[in-house]
Amino acid sequence: MSLPRYLEELQQQIRGHAEAYGLDCFEIRFEVLSYDAINMVAAYGGFPTRYPHWRFGMEYEQLKRTYEYGLAKIYEMVINNDPCYAYLLEGNSLVDQKIVMAHVYAHCDFFKNNLFFRDTNRKMMNEMANHATRVRRYMAKLGADEVEGFIDTCLSLENLIDIHAPHIRRRPPAPPAEEQEDAEARPAVEVPRLRVGRKYLDPFINPADYMEKQKQRLEDEHKRAQRFPPEPERDVLGFLMEHAPLRPWQRDVLAIVREEAYYFAPQGQTKIMNEGWATYWHAKIMTQRVLDDAEVIDFADHHSGTVGGRPGALNPYKIGLELYRHIEHKWDTGRFGKEYAECQDLELKRRWDRHLGLGRDKIFEVRRLHNDVTFIDEFLDLDFCLQQKLFGYDFNPKSENWEISTRDFQAVKQKLLFQLTNFGQPLIEVTDANHMNRGELVLHHRHEGVDLRGDWAQATLEALHRVWTRPVQVETVVDGKPTLLRYDGREHQAEKIG
Amino acid sequence: MTQKIDADHARFRHIVRGKIKQNLKRFMSQGEIFGKKGKDVVSIPLPQIQIPHFRYGHKQTGGVGQGDGEVGTVLEPGQVEGDGTGKAGQDPGEHVLEVDITIAELAEILGEELALPRIEPRGQHKLEAEKSRYTGIHRAGPESLRHFKRTYREALKRQIALGSYDLERPVVVPIREDKRYRSWKVAWLRESNAVIVYIMDVSGSMGDEQKEIVRITSFWLDTWLQSQYQGLEVRYITHDASAREVDRETFFHTRESGGTMISSAYKLLADMIAGDYGSGEWNIYPFHFSDGDNWSNEDTRLCLELLQSKVLPAVNQFGYGQVESPYGSGQFIKDLRQAYPEDGHVVMTEIPGRDAIVECIRSFLGKGR
Repeated sequence: MSLPRYLEELQQQIRGHAEAYGLDCFEIRFEVLSYDAINMVAAYGGFPTRYPHWRFGMEYEQLKRTYEYGLAKIYEMVINNDPCYAYLLEGNSLVDQKIVMAHVYAHCDFFKNNLFFRDTNRKMMNEMANHATRVRRYMAKLGADEVEGFIDTCLSLENLIDIHAPHIRRRPPAPPAEEQEDAEARPAVEVPRLRVGRKYLDPFINPADYMEKQKQRLEDEHKRAQRFPPEPERDVLGFLMEHAPLRPWQRDVLAIVREEAYYFAPQGQTKIMNEGWATYWHAKIMTQRVLDDAEVIDFADHHSGTVGGRPGALNPYKIGLELYRHIEHKWDTGRFGKEYAECQDLELKRRWDRHLGLGRDKIFEVRRLHNDVTFIDEFLDLDFCLQQKLFGYDFNPKSENWEISTRDFQAVKQKLLFQLTNFGQPLIEVTDANHMNRGELVLHHRHEGVDLRGDWAQATLEALHRVWTRPVQVETVVDGKPTLLRYDGREHQAEKIG
Repeated sequence: MTQKIDADHARFRHIVRGKIKQNLKRFMSQGEIFGKKGKDVVSIPLPQIQIPHFRYGHKQTGGVGQGDGEVGTVLEPGQVEGDGTGKAGQDPGEHVLEVDITIAELAEILGEELALPRIEPRGQHKLEAEKSRYTGIHRAGPESLRHFKRTYREALKRQIALGSYDLERPVVVPIREDKRYRSWKVAWLRESNAVIVYIMDVSGSMGDEQKEIVRITSFWLDTWLQSQYQGLEVRYITHDASAREVDRETFFHTRESGGTMISSAYKLLADMIAGDYGSGEWNIYPFHFSDGDNWSNEDTRLCLELLQSKVLPAVNQFGYGQVESPYGSGQFIKDLRQAYPEDGHVVMTEIPGRDAIVECIRSFLGKGR
């Protein structure tokens, strides 16, 4: 559906403002959708077409229900694509549409310029449609149940990717073929010979063909004894794709799930930054340029809805917005660098202002170079923590309650950073794909103080076993003790190690 | 409007159905399985349907929040669970998926799983009900019921007939005579009515657990019978040494301490049937739950007499469930068994614990009466 005239004019106007502020966006295509259609698109993660899978139906039902009960409303949805697609809800008031447009322009700027999105596929819209076609074709050939069941299995493993992989080189490039052969030839193994008194008896006691066989066997053993993979592999999905005994269609489905996981990963890595950026700009564009006098109250109402929160949940919109403003203020007034850091006079610090006006440039730089982890690590300081009244909470087993456990700046920051590292997912890597020389797969969980959720870990091991087909295990820590969780296709074992 | 998502949604519903079916027996022995119960919808928590991942256990992680409060301030449960927007590091946590399912669908699953036969209602051909449906069209009516499309079609027909319709300027203006209105037609529906009468022993020996068993059992009986009859009434009788009719709330929550005279309840039941449901058009299902400790043999004899002469001729089936209490299981079921052979219109079952609810339902409803 093409955009109605009045919205098109609005878009031109807001684009003008966005560009004047220095936002640099892909072309944006807005579409107006009914709430039913927008729920569908939201269930599909923003895309109009995805491969058939029940979880989209589940998502849809839940969105529909919360909407019908009036509990939640989808405000904005925008996908990282060139051109960028964004959706407006039919029947929203004009001021809502304005906010959404301004918000979307900032998101789009972020997608285009943030470093961590550099390697995402900007034609993902098409790619997703291709994925759908491929999966449908497999379903037509093999039956929906089988394919969908395998997708379930893959989705269980979907978070086992290496989020840094697109940006660094984990493995040295494979050596040229000749060298590889050399390397394999080198470990020449001596086959022990039986001692022979008379030289002429040697061919009979140590027959040549037997010796040759033995040599072959030893070499094979030696090769097998070498660890595989040589280095721990974080991209578990990629590893499975290359080495698990999969049929071609299964490999393709796994590739689809993996590609989509990598596509969505940067959005998980930059949630706070991205939402904060969009909120910062919609507030700026709206209040400084676009709002009519009559719309101020509505705007304030909706904006506070976006940045409002509950004590136990950190609102990424709010925290991101405040942190950008905090940075802008610091760089405008020159509150950074050695001199400021070493200043002991609190009164002087409070009134510190060098009139540098570098704030705007700084936040543009921040949005280009950082992700949530580095953003928080670098810029969340004591002042900010106090201003925003941040606290850490924990489960108190004695009272069976969630309680505020700390107001200490360092502790809060550590907690927040931990939540964000690997976007809140445990770090798990393949360490051995031929355990005990029996083709068993060993994963290692880099334990950072928090255990895996037990029942889900078991269910995930079952999924892993369906892909690998040989026994699978994960080394982790349970209640402070190193533990090996193992599944061999029939039963689960938990074994204390070390 | 059909959408692409419909196929995925249907697929999801299919899986939900499968999961409910798979876990039905477990659901049936656990009362708290229902999150919310609306008029004709129940929500069932189905955590099994989520896709598992390697994930942090929630209770060790904790998190970061924002707002007032000292160290040690308790956060309300609702505040901690991750919300939709808090995906950055905010674990969705222990959020349990709840799915809605209609009572009708649930009954269907129940029927399939326990292989329950459909009930052949009695008196079906005599009872008729009037039902109006807005399917007709009238020439007169209120503007709020004007049928837009039909009205314009009439106007177009008229204009074409008169030759006043201009293809170049296709303007159709209805006049008064063109207007058409929706109206109702009366349909006569054959309807069969049914009534369930729950009778429960509330004497001192029936504890909370026993009542819970009765509550769960009655939910499933309601569900099934509701799916079999259009109109279903439910009445409740409690008794200890004397019987009285009560409402649902009281039924499940009263606690008496007296002795047990079952005949008092059967007498009330017989009166109720004779008074309100005597026309022979009703399908009547009394279910009696007790721990079987009747006051005296004399009273038991009176019970059997009442059943034989007043109750059994009028009802489809009489169900007796003997719930085992901490004081053991009483004599009453044995007396009933002696009096009535196995496949008569009296169905007797013992319910030693929650696990036996499934069997109880099967024997109560398995006869298709």
